[in-house]
Amino acid sequence: MKAPGQALFVIVVLLLAAVAAFGWALSAGSLPIDGKQVWGALFSGDTGMAANVVRELRLPRAVATFVCGGLLAIAGALMQVLLRNPLADPYILGISGGAAVGALSAISLGVAAVWVDAAAFAGALTAMMLVFGLAHGDGSWTQTRLLLTGVIVAAGCGAAVTLMLALAPDTRVQSMLFWLMGDASGAARPWPALGVLIVGLVLILPWARDLNVLARGEMSARALGVSVQRLRRVLYVVASLLTAVAVTLVGSVGFVGLIVPHLVRLALGNDQRILLPAAMLAGGVLLTVADTLARTVMAPQQLPVGVLTALIGVPVFLYLLSRNPR
Amino acid sequence: MNASRSLPLDEAPLLEAERLALQVGERWLCCEFSLSLAAGECLVLLGPNGAGKTTLLHTLAGLREPSVGAVRLGGLPYAAWSAQDAARYRGVLLQQQPDHFAASVLETVLIGRHPHLGRWGWEGPEDERICRAALQDVGLAGFEHRGVLTLSGGERQRVAVATLLAQAPRLFLLDEPLNHLDLRYQIAVLDLFRRQAAQRGSGVVMVLHDINLAARYADHIILLDGRGGVVAGGRDTVLRADCLSHAFGHALRRYDLDGRITFIPE
Repeated sequence: MKAPGQALFVIVVLLLAAVAAFGWALSAGSLPIDGKQVWGALFSGDTGMAANVVRELRLPRAVATFVCGGLLAIAGALMQVLLRNPLADPYILGISGGAAVGALSAISLGVAAVWVDAAAFAGALTAMMLVFGLAHGDGSWTQTRLLLTGVIVAAGCGAAVTLMLALAPDTRVQSMLFWLMGDASGAARPWPALGVLIVGLVLILPWARDLNVLARGEMSARALGVSVQRLRRVLYVVASLLTAVAVTLVGSVGFVGLIVPHLVRLALGNDQRILLPAAMLAGGVLLTVADTLARTVMAPQQLPVGVLTALIGVPVFLYLLSRNPR
Repeated sequence: MNASRSLPLDEAPLLEAERLALQVGERWLCCEFSLSLAAGECLVLLGPNGAGKTTLLHTLAGLREPSVGAVRLGGLPYAAWSAQDAARYRGVLLQQQPDHFAASVLETVLIGRHPHLGRWGWEGPEDERICRAALQDVGLAGFEHRGVLTLSGGERQRVAVATLLAQAPRLFLLDEPLNHLDLRYQIAVLDLFRRQAAQRGSGVVMVLHDINLAARYADHIILLDGRGGVVAGGRDTVLRADCLSHAFGHALRRYDLDGRITFIPE
Protein backbone atom coordinates (compact mmCIF):
# COMPACT_ATOMS: atom_id res chain seq x y z
CA MET A 1 0.00 0.00 0.00
CA LYS A 2 1.43 3.31 -1.06
CA ALA A 3 0.99 6.35 1.10
CA PRO A 4 -1.62 8.93 0.06
CA GLY A 5 1.19 11.26 -1.08
CA GLN A 6 2.51 8.75 -3.58
CA ALA A 7 -1.01 8.05 -4.77
CA LEU A 8 -1.54 11.74 -5.37
CA PHE A 9 1.69 11.93 -7.37
CA VAL A 10 0.61 9.05 -9.59
CA ILE A 11 -2.79 10.62 -10.16
CA VAL A 12 -1.23 13.99 -11.04
CA VAL A 13 1.11 12.37 -13.58
CA LEU A 14 -1.80 10.53 -15.17
CA LEU A 15 -3.86 13.73 -15.23
CA LEU A 16 -1.05 15.45 -17.13
CA ALA A 17 -0.98 12.52 -19.55
CA ALA A 18 -4.72 12.92 -20.00
CA VAL A 19 -4.31 16.63 -20.80
CA ALA A 20 -1.59 15.79 -23.33
CA ALA A 21 -3.76 13.09 -24.92
CA PHE A 22 -6.64 15.54 -25.23
CA GLY A 23 -4.37 18.17 -26.73
CA TRP A 24 -3.20 15.72 -29.36
CA ALA A 25 -6.69 14.38 -30.08
CA LEU A 26 -7.99 17.91 -30.63
CA SER A 27 -5.15 19.10 -32.86
CA ALA A 28 -4.38 16.03 -34.99
CA GLY A 29 -6.40 15.09 -38.03
CA SER A 30 -6.91 15.80 -41.71
CA LEU A 31 -7.09 19.49 -40.79
CA PRO A 32 -4.07 20.11 -38.50
CA ILE A 33 -4.92 22.67 -35.84
CA ASP A 34 -2.19 24.12 -33.64
CA GLY A 35 -2.32 24.48 -29.87
CA LYS A 36 -3.20 28.15 -29.91
CA GLN A 37 -6.23 27.56 -32.12
CA VAL A 38 -7.35 24.66 -29.94
CA TRP A 39 -7.07 26.89 -26.88
CA GLY A 40 -8.96 29.63 -28.64
CA ALA A 41 -11.72 27.27 -29.72
CA LEU A 42 -12.16 25.85 -26.25
CA PHE A 43 -11.74 28.84 -23.99
CA SER A 44 -12.00 32.06 -26.00
CA GLY A 45 -15.10 31.32 -28.03
CA ASP A 46 -13.26 31.66 -31.36
CA THR A 47 -15.29 31.13 -34.51
CA GLY A 48 -14.20 29.89 -37.89
CA MET A 49 -13.70 26.45 -39.34
CA ALA A 50 -10.85 25.31 -37.09
CA ALA A 51 -12.78 26.24 -33.98
CA ASN A 52 -15.89 24.49 -35.26
CA VAL A 53 -13.96 21.32 -36.07
CA VAL A 54 -12.49 21.31 -32.56
CA ARG A 55 -15.76 22.02 -30.78
CA GLU A 56 -18.25 20.11 -32.91
CA LEU A 57 -16.25 17.09 -34.07
CA ARG A 58 -13.05 16.45 -32.20
CA LEU A 59 -14.02 17.41 -28.65
CA PRO A 60 -17.12 15.17 -28.41
CA ARG A 61 -15.17 12.33 -29.95
CA ALA A 62 -12.17 12.78 -27.63
CA VAL A 63 -14.44 12.96 -24.59
CA ALA A 64 -16.38 9.90 -25.76
CA THR A 65 -13.26 7.80 -26.18
CA PHE A 66 -11.75 9.01 -22.91
CA VAL A 67 -14.93 8.28 -20.99
CA CYS A 68 -15.37 4.91 -22.66
CA GLY A 69 -11.78 3.91 -21.83
CA GLY A 70 -12.21 5.05 -18.23
CA LEU A 71 -15.53 3.22 -17.82
CA LEU A 72 -14.14 -0.02 -19.24
CA ALA A 73 -10.97 0.13 -17.15
CA ILE A 74 -12.91 0.63 -13.90
CA ALA A 75 -15.45 -2.02 -14.83
CA GLY A 76 -12.65 -4.45 -15.65
CA ALA A 77 -10.88 -3.82 -12.36
CA LEU A 78 -14.15 -4.35 -10.47
CA MET A 79 -14.97 -7.57 -12.35
CA GLN A 80 -11.50 -8.93 -11.58
CA VAL A 81 -12.13 -8.40 -7.87
CA LEU A 82 -15.73 -9.62 -8.02
CA LEU A 83 -14.80 -12.86 -9.78
CA ARG A 84 -11.31 -13.03 -8.27
CA ASN A 85 -10.14 -14.00 -11.69
CA PRO A 86 -7.33 -12.16 -13.49
CA LEU A 87 -8.86 -13.04 -16.86
CA ALA A 88 -12.14 -11.31 -16.08
CA ASP A 89 -12.98 -8.30 -18.23
CA PRO A 90 -16.09 -6.09 -18.43
CA TYR A 91 -17.58 -8.30 -21.15
CA ILE A 92 -17.14 -11.64 -19.46
CA LEU A 93 -20.63 -11.68 -17.96
CA GLY A 94 -22.41 -11.06 -21.24
CA ILE A 95 -23.08 -7.31 -20.96
CA SER A 96 -21.48 -6.52 -24.31
CA GLY A 97 -23.11 -9.56 -25.87
CA GLY A 98 -26.52 -8.30 -24.83
CA ALA A 99 -25.67 -4.82 -26.09
CA ALA A 100 -24.47 -6.25 -29.41
CA VAL A 101 -27.70 -8.22 -29.90
CA GLY A 102 -29.69 -5.04 -29.23
CA ALA A 103 -27.56 -2.80 -31.43
CA LEU A 104 -27.38 -5.23 -34.36
CA SER A 105 -31.12 -5.81 -34.25
CA ALA A 106 -31.60 -2.06 -34.47
CA ILE A 107 -29.06 -1.70 -37.30
CA SER A 108 -30.67 -4.50 -39.28
CA LEU A 109 -33.98 -2.67 -38.99
CA GLY A 110 -32.24 0.42 -40.36
CA VAL A 111 -33.33 2.82 -37.61
CA ALA A 112 -31.61 6.07 -36.66
CA ALA A 113 -28.40 6.07 -34.63
CA VAL A 114 -30.09 7.20 -31.42
CA TRP A 115 -32.28 4.07 -31.53
CA VAL A 116 -29.23 1.90 -32.04
CA ASP A 117 -27.83 3.38 -28.84
CA ALA A 118 -31.10 2.85 -27.02
CA ALA A 119 -31.32 -0.75 -28.23
CA ALA A 120 -27.71 -1.43 -27.20
CA PHE A 121 -28.32 -0.09 -23.71
CA ALA A 122 -31.56 -2.05 -23.38
CA GLY A 123 -29.75 -5.21 -24.52
CA ALA A 124 -26.97 -4.67 -22.01
CA LEU A 125 -29.44 -4.17 -19.15
CA THR A 126 -31.39 -7.26 -20.21
CA ALA A 127 -28.24 -9.38 -20.19
CA MET A 128 -27.27 -7.94 -16.80
CA MET A 129 -30.62 -8.77 -15.22
CA LEU A 130 -30.75 -12.18 -16.88
CA VAL A 131 -27.34 -13.16 -15.50
CA PHE A 132 -28.13 -11.74 -12.08
CA GLY A 133 -31.45 -13.55 -11.92
CA LEU A 134 -30.09 -16.89 -13.12
CA ALA A 135 -26.94 -16.80 -11.01
CA HIS A 136 -28.99 -15.80 -8.00
CA GLY A 137 -31.46 -18.62 -8.57
CA ASP A 138 -30.76 -20.76 -5.52
CA GLY A 139 -29.73 -17.80 -3.37
CA SER A 140 -26.09 -18.89 -3.16
CA TRP A 141 -24.64 -16.54 -5.77
CA THR A 142 -21.22 -18.09 -5.73
CA GLN A 143 -18.36 -16.83 -7.84
CA THR A 144 -18.30 -19.93 -10.04
CA ARG A 145 -22.03 -19.90 -10.63
CA LEU A 146 -21.96 -16.22 -11.55
CA LEU A 147 -19.02 -16.71 -13.89
CA LEU A 148 -20.54 -19.75 -15.60
CA THR A 149 -23.93 -18.10 -16.01
CA GLY A 150 -22.32 -14.99 -17.48
CA VAL A 151 -20.11 -16.92 -19.86
CA ILE A 152 -23.05 -18.99 -21.09
CA VAL A 153 -25.25 -15.93 -21.64
CA ALA A 154 -22.34 -14.27 -23.46
CA ALA A 155 -21.94 -17.35 -25.65
CA GLY A 156 -25.65 -17.32 -26.48
CA CYS A 157 -25.45 -13.64 -27.43
CA GLY A 158 -22.38 -14.39 -29.56
CA ALA A 159 -24.33 -16.99 -31.51
CA ALA A 160 -27.21 -14.56 -32.04
CA VAL A 161 -24.76 -11.91 -33.27
CA THR A 162 -23.20 -14.34 -35.75
CA LEU A 163 -26.64 -15.29 -37.00
CA MET A 164 -27.59 -11.66 -37.54
CA LEU A 165 -24.35 -10.98 -39.40
CA ALA A 166 -24.96 -13.99 -41.63
CA LEU A 167 -28.51 -12.95 -42.44
CA ALA A 168 -27.96 -9.20 -42.80
CA PRO A 169 -27.84 -7.61 -46.26
CA ASP A 170 -24.31 -6.64 -47.36
CA THR A 171 -25.05 -2.93 -47.08
CA ARG A 172 -25.58 -3.21 -43.33
CA VAL A 173 -22.81 -5.69 -42.48
CA GLN A 174 -20.16 -2.96 -42.65
CA SER A 175 -21.83 -0.79 -40.01
CA MET A 176 -22.55 -3.87 -37.89
CA LEU A 177 -18.88 -4.87 -37.94
CA PHE A 178 -17.80 -1.34 -37.06
CA TRP A 179 -20.22 -1.31 -34.15
CA LEU A 180 -18.83 -4.63 -32.92
CA MET A 181 -15.23 -3.45 -33.10
CA GLY A 182 -15.96 -0.11 -31.50
CA ASP A 183 -16.50 3.09 -33.41
CA ALA A 184 -16.28 6.52 -31.84
CA SER A 185 -17.08 8.53 -34.95
CA GLY A 186 -20.79 8.66 -34.20
CA ALA A 187 -20.48 9.54 -30.53
CA ALA A 188 -21.92 13.04 -30.57
CA ARG A 189 -23.33 13.18 -27.03
CA PRO A 190 -20.68 11.95 -24.59
CA TRP A 191 -21.61 14.25 -21.69
CA PRO A 192 -24.15 12.02 -19.86
CA ALA A 193 -21.59 9.19 -19.98
CA LEU A 194 -18.99 11.49 -18.45
CA GLY A 195 -21.44 12.07 -15.60
CA VAL A 196 -21.89 8.31 -15.18
CA LEU A 197 -18.12 7.84 -15.07
CA ILE A 198 -17.66 10.44 -12.35
CA VAL A 199 -20.64 9.25 -10.29
CA GLY A 200 -19.52 5.62 -10.63
CA LEU A 201 -16.01 6.36 -9.41
CA VAL A 202 -17.26 8.48 -6.50
CA LEU A 203 -19.71 5.73 -5.51
CA ILE A 204 -17.17 2.94 -5.54
CA LEU A 205 -14.12 4.72 -4.08
CA PRO A 206 -15.36 4.62 -0.46
CA TRP A 207 -15.48 0.82 -0.82
CA ALA A 208 -11.99 0.54 -2.27
CA ARG A 209 -10.36 -0.75 0.92
CA ASP A 210 -13.16 -3.31 1.30
CA LEU A 211 -12.28 -4.43 -2.22
CA ASN A 212 -8.65 -4.92 -1.15
CA VAL A 213 -9.85 -7.21 1.62
CA LEU A 214 -12.35 -9.01 -0.61
CA ALA A 215 -9.64 -9.69 -3.18
CA ARG A 216 -7.96 -11.84 -0.53
CA GLY A 217 -10.89 -14.19 -0.25
CA GLU A 218 -14.51 -14.11 0.79
CA MET A 219 -14.14 -15.85 4.14
CA SER A 220 -11.28 -13.72 5.40
CA ALA A 221 -13.10 -10.61 4.18
CA ARG A 222 -16.12 -11.56 6.28
CA ALA A 223 -13.91 -12.24 9.27
CA LEU A 224 -12.44 -8.74 8.84
CA GLY A 225 -15.87 -7.13 8.93
CA VAL A 226 -16.69 -6.70 5.23
CA SER A 227 -20.37 -7.25 4.36
CA VAL A 228 -19.44 -9.48 1.47
CA GLN A 229 -22.88 -10.22 0.01
CA ARG A 230 -23.86 -6.58 -0.13
CA LEU A 231 -20.48 -5.51 -1.50
CA ARG A 232 -20.61 -8.12 -4.27
CA ARG A 233 -24.05 -6.93 -5.33
CA VAL A 234 -22.89 -3.32 -5.41
CA LEU A 235 -19.86 -4.39 -7.43
CA TYR A 236 -21.93 -6.34 -9.91
CA VAL A 237 -24.44 -3.58 -10.49
CA VAL A 238 -21.87 -0.77 -10.74
CA ALA A 239 -19.50 -2.70 -13.03
CA SER A 240 -22.39 -3.79 -15.27
CA LEU A 241 -23.87 -0.32 -15.56
CA LEU A 242 -20.50 1.24 -16.35
CA THR A 243 -19.94 -1.39 -19.03
CA ALA A 244 -23.41 -0.89 -20.49
CA VAL A 245 -22.82 2.87 -20.77
CA ALA A 246 -19.39 2.38 -22.36
CA VAL A 247 -20.66 -0.15 -24.88
CA THR A 248 -23.60 2.06 -25.77
CA LEU A 249 -21.30 5.03 -26.28
CA VAL A 250 -18.56 3.56 -28.47
CA GLY A 251 -19.36 -0.13 -29.04
CA SER A 252 -17.59 -3.13 -27.59
CA VAL A 253 -14.00 -2.00 -27.71
CA GLY A 254 -11.95 -4.98 -26.67
CA PHE A 255 -8.88 -5.19 -24.52
CA VAL A 256 -9.03 -1.94 -22.52
CA GLY A 257 -11.02 -3.43 -19.66
CA LEU A 258 -8.78 -6.47 -19.41
CA ILE A 259 -5.38 -4.97 -19.83
CA VAL A 260 -5.49 -1.52 -18.26
CA PRO A 261 -6.22 -2.79 -14.72
CA HIS A 262 -3.34 -5.25 -15.10
CA LEU A 263 -1.02 -2.55 -16.43
CA VAL A 264 -1.79 -0.32 -13.48
CA ARG A 265 -1.46 -3.25 -11.08
CA LEU A 266 1.95 -4.15 -12.45
CA ALA A 267 3.12 -0.57 -12.17
CA LEU A 268 1.50 0.51 -8.88
CA GLY A 269 0.42 -2.58 -6.94
CA ASN A 270 -3.02 -3.85 -6.11
CA ASP A 271 -4.38 -1.20 -3.75
CA GLN A 272 -7.83 -0.47 -5.21
CA ARG A 273 -7.83 3.03 -3.72
CA ILE A 274 -5.05 3.94 -6.17
CA LEU A 275 -5.85 1.34 -8.80
CA LEU A 276 -9.40 2.52 -9.56
CA PRO A 277 -8.71 6.22 -10.25
CA ALA A 278 -5.39 5.40 -11.93
CA ALA A 279 -7.03 2.76 -14.14
CA MET A 280 -9.76 5.22 -15.08
CA LEU A 281 -7.23 7.81 -16.23
CA ALA A 282 -4.96 5.27 -17.91
CA GLY A 283 -7.89 3.65 -19.71
CA GLY A 284 -9.11 7.03 -20.89
CA VAL A 285 -5.65 8.05 -22.12
CA LEU A 286 -5.11 4.72 -23.90
CA LEU A 287 -8.41 4.84 -25.75
CA THR A 288 -8.07 8.54 -26.66
CA VAL A 289 -4.59 7.97 -28.06
CA ALA A 290 -5.70 4.80 -29.86
CA ASP A 291 -8.69 6.54 -31.42
CA THR A 292 -6.60 9.49 -32.55
CA LEU A 293 -4.18 7.07 -34.18
CA ALA A 294 -7.08 5.14 -35.68
CA ARG A 295 -8.35 8.17 -37.54
CA THR A 296 -4.99 9.67 -38.54
CA VAL A 297 -2.59 6.81 -39.35
CA MET A 298 -4.24 5.79 -42.60
CA ALA A 299 -6.39 8.88 -43.14
CA PRO A 300 -8.87 9.30 -44.69
CA GLN A 301 -9.39 5.59 -43.96
CA GLN A 302 -10.51 5.07 -40.32
CA LEU A 303 -9.37 1.97 -38.53
CA PRO A 304 -11.42 0.21 -35.83
CA VAL A 305 -10.19 1.60 -32.51
CA GLY A 306 -10.20 -1.85 -30.88
CA VAL A 307 -7.39 -2.95 -33.19
CA LEU A 308 -5.28 0.00 -32.11
CA THR A 309 -5.85 -0.59 -28.38
CA ALA A 310 -4.56 -4.11 -28.87
CA LEU A 311 -1.59 -2.99 -30.95
CA ILE A 312 -0.55 -0.46 -28.28
CA GLY A 313 -1.52 -2.51 -25.25
CA VAL A 314 0.07 -5.86 -26.04
CA PRO A 315 3.71 -4.72 -26.31
CA VAL A 316 3.40 -2.37 -23.31
CA PHE A 317 1.89 -5.15 -21.25
CA LEU A 318 4.50 -7.71 -22.26
CA TYR A 319 7.27 -5.23 -21.47
CA LEU A 320 5.91 -4.53 -17.98
CA LEU A 321 5.39 -8.23 -17.35
CA SER A 322 8.97 -9.11 -18.21
CA ARG A 323 10.45 -6.12 -16.40
CA ASN A 324 8.64 -6.51 -13.13
CA PRO A 325 9.13 -9.75 -11.20
CA ARG A 326 7.08 -8.55 -8.21
CA MET B 1 -19.19 5.69 18.44
CA ASN B 2 -22.39 3.69 18.38
CA ALA B 3 -24.42 1.77 20.90
CA SER B 4 -23.33 -1.73 20.03
CA ARG B 5 -19.71 -1.08 20.94
CA SER B 6 -20.49 -0.16 24.52
CA LEU B 7 -22.94 -3.02 24.86
CA PRO B 8 -20.61 -6.01 25.34
CA LEU B 9 -20.50 -6.19 29.09
CA ASP B 10 -17.13 -6.56 30.70
CA GLU B 11 -18.42 -9.29 32.94
CA ALA B 12 -20.02 -11.21 30.07
CA PRO B 13 -18.06 -14.21 28.79
CA LEU B 14 -16.12 -13.48 25.59
CA LEU B 15 -17.89 -16.32 23.84
CA GLU B 16 -20.87 -18.48 24.69
CA ALA B 17 -22.60 -21.28 22.85
CA GLU B 18 -25.96 -22.46 24.10
CA ARG B 19 -27.37 -25.85 23.17
CA LEU B 20 -25.43 -25.64 19.92
CA ALA B 21 -25.76 -28.32 17.24
CA LEU B 22 -24.41 -28.38 13.71
CA GLN B 23 -25.79 -30.10 10.67
CA VAL B 24 -24.15 -30.33 7.25
CA GLY B 25 -26.50 -31.77 4.66
CA GLU B 26 -28.14 -34.72 6.37
CA ARG B 27 -25.31 -35.33 8.76
CA TRP B 28 -25.19 -34.08 12.35
CA LEU B 29 -21.64 -33.04 13.24
CA CYS B 30 -22.32 -32.55 16.90
CA CYS B 31 -25.25 -32.91 19.21
CA GLU B 32 -26.36 -30.13 21.52
CA PHE B 33 -23.74 -28.79 23.86
CA SER B 34 -22.98 -25.52 25.58
CA LEU B 35 -19.77 -23.67 26.31
CA SER B 36 -18.61 -20.45 27.85
CA LEU B 37 -15.19 -18.86 27.46
CA ALA B 38 -14.04 -16.24 29.94
CA ALA B 39 -11.24 -13.71 29.53
CA GLY B 40 -7.81 -15.30 29.75
CA GLU B 41 -9.00 -18.79 28.87
CA CYS B 42 -8.02 -21.14 26.09
CA LEU B 43 -10.37 -23.64 24.45
CA VAL B 44 -9.05 -26.35 22.13
CA LEU B 45 -11.17 -28.20 19.56
CA LEU B 46 -9.98 -31.75 18.96
CA GLY B 47 -11.23 -34.49 16.69
CA PRO B 48 -10.43 -36.69 13.71
CA ASN B 49 -10.40 -35.44 10.09
CA GLY B 50 -13.81 -34.37 8.86
CA ALA B 51 -15.32 -34.33 12.34
CA GLY B 52 -16.46 -30.73 11.89
CA LYS B 53 -13.85 -28.77 13.84
CA THR B 54 -13.57 -26.06 11.18
CA THR B 55 -17.35 -25.86 10.78
CA LEU B 56 -17.67 -25.46 14.53
CA LEU B 57 -14.96 -22.79 14.60
CA HIS B 58 -16.65 -20.87 11.76
CA THR B 59 -19.95 -21.08 13.60
CA LEU B 60 -18.35 -19.73 16.76
CA ALA B 61 -16.81 -16.96 14.62
CA GLY B 62 -20.23 -15.96 13.25
CA LEU B 63 -19.27 -16.90 9.69
CA ARG B 64 -21.95 -19.58 9.62
CA GLU B 65 -25.40 -19.86 11.18
CA PRO B 66 -25.80 -22.56 13.84
CA SER B 67 -28.30 -25.26 12.87
CA VAL B 68 -29.69 -25.34 16.39
CA GLY B 69 -28.95 -23.16 19.40
CA ALA B 70 -27.28 -19.79 19.76
CA VAL B 71 -23.81 -18.27 19.79
CA ARG B 72 -23.13 -15.10 21.74
CA LEU B 73 -20.08 -12.89 21.39
CA GLY B 74 -19.42 -10.66 24.39
CA GLY B 75 -22.93 -11.45 25.65
CA LEU B 76 -24.67 -10.52 22.38
CA PRO B 77 -25.78 -12.59 19.40
CA TYR B 78 -23.86 -11.88 16.19
CA ALA B 79 -26.98 -10.32 14.68
CA ALA B 80 -26.67 -7.48 17.22
CA TRP B 81 -23.10 -6.69 16.16
CA SER B 82 -22.17 -4.64 13.13
CA ALA B 83 -19.70 -6.52 10.94
CA GLN B 84 -17.00 -3.98 11.71
CA ASP B 85 -17.51 -4.00 15.47
CA ALA B 86 -17.48 -7.79 15.48
CA ALA B 87 -14.20 -7.72 13.56
CA ARG B 88 -12.67 -5.52 16.27
CA TYR B 89 -13.81 -7.96 18.95
CA ARG B 90 -13.00 -11.32 17.38
CA GLY B 91 -10.40 -12.31 14.81
CA VAL B 92 -10.16 -15.52 12.79
CA LEU B 93 -7.09 -17.34 11.49
CA LEU B 94 -8.33 -19.38 8.55
CA GLN B 95 -6.89 -22.74 7.62
CA GLN B 96 -5.97 -21.66 4.10
CA GLN B 97 -4.11 -18.42 3.53
CA PRO B 98 -5.63 -16.69 0.51
CA ASP B 99 -2.54 -15.08 -1.01
CA HIS B 100 -3.61 -15.09 -4.63
CA PHE B 101 -1.48 -12.26 -5.89
CA ALA B 102 1.73 -10.48 -5.12
CA ALA B 103 1.89 -8.12 -2.15
CA SER B 104 4.59 -7.25 0.32
CA VAL B 105 4.56 -8.76 3.80
CA LEU B 106 3.84 -5.38 5.36
CA GLU B 107 0.92 -4.73 2.99
CA THR B 108 -0.51 -8.12 3.85
CA VAL B 109 -0.28 -7.53 7.60
CA LEU B 110 -1.80 -4.06 7.21
CA ILE B 111 -4.97 -5.76 5.93
CA GLY B 112 -5.52 -6.72 9.58
CA ARG B 113 -6.05 -3.04 10.44
CA HIS B 114 -9.09 -2.86 8.15
CA PRO B 115 -11.78 -2.96 10.87
CA HIS B 116 -10.03 -0.17 12.79
CA LEU B 117 -10.12 2.32 9.91
CA GLY B 118 -13.04 4.48 8.83
CA ARG B 119 -14.57 4.43 5.37
CA TRP B 120 -12.14 7.03 4.02
CA GLY B 121 -9.32 6.13 6.41
CA TRP B 122 -5.83 5.38 5.23
CA GLU B 123 -3.34 3.32 7.23
CA GLY B 124 -1.22 5.73 9.28
CA PRO B 125 2.13 5.52 11.10
CA GLU B 126 0.44 4.05 14.17
CA ASP B 127 -1.03 1.19 12.11
CA GLU B 128 2.37 0.58 10.58
CA ARG B 129 3.98 0.50 14.03
CA ILE B 130 1.42 -2.07 15.20
CA CYS B 131 2.10 -4.22 12.14
CA ARG B 132 5.86 -4.05 12.53
CA ALA B 133 5.50 -5.06 16.19
CA ALA B 134 3.28 -7.97 15.15
CA LEU B 135 5.91 -9.11 12.64
CA GLN B 136 8.53 -8.87 15.37
CA ASP B 137 6.34 -11.07 17.60
CA VAL B 138 6.28 -13.87 15.02
CA GLY B 139 10.00 -13.61 14.26
CA LEU B 140 9.60 -11.90 10.90
CA ALA B 141 11.23 -8.53 11.64
CA GLY B 142 13.13 -7.47 8.53
CA PHE B 143 10.70 -9.30 6.20
CA GLU B 144 8.47 -6.22 5.72
CA HIS B 145 9.28 -5.68 2.07
CA ARG B 146 9.56 -9.29 0.96
CA GLY B 147 6.82 -10.50 -1.38
CA VAL B 148 4.43 -12.93 0.35
CA LEU B 149 4.58 -15.26 -2.63
CA THR B 150 8.33 -15.71 -2.14
CA LEU B 151 7.94 -16.94 1.45
CA SER B 152 7.99 -20.54 2.63
CA GLY B 153 4.81 -22.16 3.91
CA GLY B 154 5.78 -21.68 7.55
CA GLU B 155 6.71 -18.04 6.98
CA ARG B 156 3.38 -17.39 5.28
CA GLN B 157 1.59 -18.99 8.20
CA ARG B 158 3.44 -16.62 10.53
CA VAL B 159 2.48 -13.66 8.31
CA ALA B 160 -1.14 -14.76 8.78
CA VAL B 161 -0.64 -14.89 12.55
CA ALA B 162 0.91 -11.39 12.44
CA THR B 163 -2.09 -10.14 10.42
CA LEU B 164 -4.37 -11.46 13.13
CA LEU B 165 -2.26 -9.82 15.85
CA ALA B 166 -2.47 -6.54 13.94
CA GLN B 167 -6.25 -6.90 13.97
CA ALA B 168 -5.90 -6.93 17.78
CA PRO B 169 -9.19 -8.63 18.68
CA ARG B 170 -10.15 -9.72 22.19
CA LEU B 171 -11.12 -13.17 21.05
CA PHE B 172 -8.84 -15.23 18.80
CA LEU B 173 -10.32 -18.08 16.77
CA LEU B 174 -7.53 -20.13 15.23
CA ASP B 175 -8.01 -22.91 12.70
CA GLU B 176 -4.91 -25.12 12.88
CA PRO B 177 -2.53 -22.29 13.78
CA LEU B 178 0.41 -24.70 13.71
CA ASN B 179 0.07 -25.61 10.03
CA HIS B 180 3.48 -25.66 8.32
CA LEU B 181 5.28 -24.48 11.46
CA ASP B 182 8.42 -26.14 12.72
CA LEU B 183 8.65 -27.29 16.33
CA ARG B 184 10.23 -24.06 17.56
CA TYR B 185 7.54 -21.85 16.05
CA GLN B 186 4.74 -24.21 17.08
CA ILE B 187 5.68 -23.57 20.70
CA ALA B 188 6.45 -19.89 20.04
CA VAL B 189 3.04 -19.24 18.46
CA LEU B 190 1.16 -21.09 21.22
CA ASP B 191 3.16 -19.20 23.87
CA LEU B 192 2.35 -15.97 22.06
CA PHE B 193 -1.39 -16.56 22.27
CA ARG B 194 -1.13 -17.74 25.86
CA ARG B 195 0.65 -14.47 26.70
CA GLN B 196 -2.12 -12.53 24.96
CA ALA B 197 -4.61 -14.39 27.13
CA ALA B 198 -2.70 -13.89 30.37
CA GLN B 199 -1.64 -10.27 29.89
CA ARG B 200 -4.53 -8.76 27.94
CA GLY B 201 -7.41 -10.93 29.03
CA SER B 202 -7.87 -12.28 25.51
CA GLY B 203 -9.71 -15.49 24.83
CA VAL B 204 -8.35 -18.17 22.51
CA VAL B 205 -10.26 -20.90 20.67
CA MET B 206 -8.14 -23.13 18.49
CA VAL B 207 -8.30 -26.27 16.42
CA LEU B 208 -5.28 -28.48 17.11
CA HIS B 209 -4.23 -31.91 15.97
CA ASP B 210 -1.55 -32.50 18.57
CA ILE B 211 -3.15 -33.93 21.71
CA ASN B 212 -0.04 -33.29 23.78
CA LEU B 213 0.08 -29.62 22.86
CA ALA B 214 -3.63 -29.44 23.65
CA ALA B 215 -2.88 -30.94 27.06
CA ARG B 216 -0.22 -28.31 27.59
CA TYR B 217 -2.16 -25.19 26.55
CA ALA B 218 -5.90 -25.83 26.94
CA ASP B 219 -8.15 -24.84 29.83
CA HIS B 220 -11.20 -26.36 28.14
CA ILE B 221 -11.47 -28.96 25.42
CA ILE B 222 -14.22 -29.91 23.01
CA LEU B 223 -13.68 -33.33 21.51
CA LEU B 224 -15.72 -34.21 18.42
CA ASP B 225 -15.79 -37.92 17.55
CA GLY B 226 -16.94 -37.48 13.94
CA ARG B 227 -20.17 -39.43 14.57
CA GLY B 228 -22.08 -36.60 16.21
CA GLY B 229 -20.75 -37.22 19.69
CA VAL B 230 -19.25 -34.38 21.72
CA VAL B 231 -17.28 -34.43 24.93
CA ALA B 232 -16.90 -30.91 26.30
CA GLY B 233 -15.40 -29.84 29.55
CA GLY B 234 -12.26 -28.97 31.47
CA ARG B 235 -8.97 -30.29 30.17
CA ASP B 236 -8.67 -33.15 32.62
CA THR B 237 -12.24 -34.37 32.16
CA VAL B 238 -11.86 -34.68 28.40
CA LEU B 239 -8.28 -35.82 28.06
CA ARG B 240 -8.81 -39.41 29.09
CA ALA B 241 -7.33 -42.27 27.17
CA ASP B 242 -10.72 -43.96 26.64
CA CYS B 243 -12.43 -40.82 25.26
CA LEU B 244 -9.56 -40.01 22.93
CA SER B 245 -9.08 -43.59 21.72
CA HIS B 246 -12.80 -43.76 20.93
CA ALA B 247 -12.82 -40.44 19.06
CA PHE B 248 -9.67 -40.98 17.03
CA GLY B 249 -10.27 -44.67 16.37
CA HIS B 250 -6.82 -45.58 17.60
CA ALA B 251 -5.77 -46.78 21.03
CA LEU B 252 -3.86 -44.23 23.10
CA ARG B 253 -2.09 -44.61 26.40
CA ARG B 254 -1.78 -41.84 28.95
CA TYR B 255 1.52 -41.16 30.73
CA ASP B 256 2.44 -38.65 33.36
CA LEU B 257 5.97 -37.48 32.52
CA ASP B 258 7.39 -35.06 35.13
CA GLY B 259 3.90 -33.75 35.84
CA ARG B 260 3.09 -33.32 32.14
CA ILE B 261 0.21 -35.36 30.74
CA THR B 262 1.30 -37.15 27.58
CA PHE B 263 -0.54 -39.47 25.23
CA ILE B 264 1.29 -42.00 23.13
CA PRO B 265 -0.38 -44.08 20.43
CA GLU B 266 -0.26 -47.82 21.04
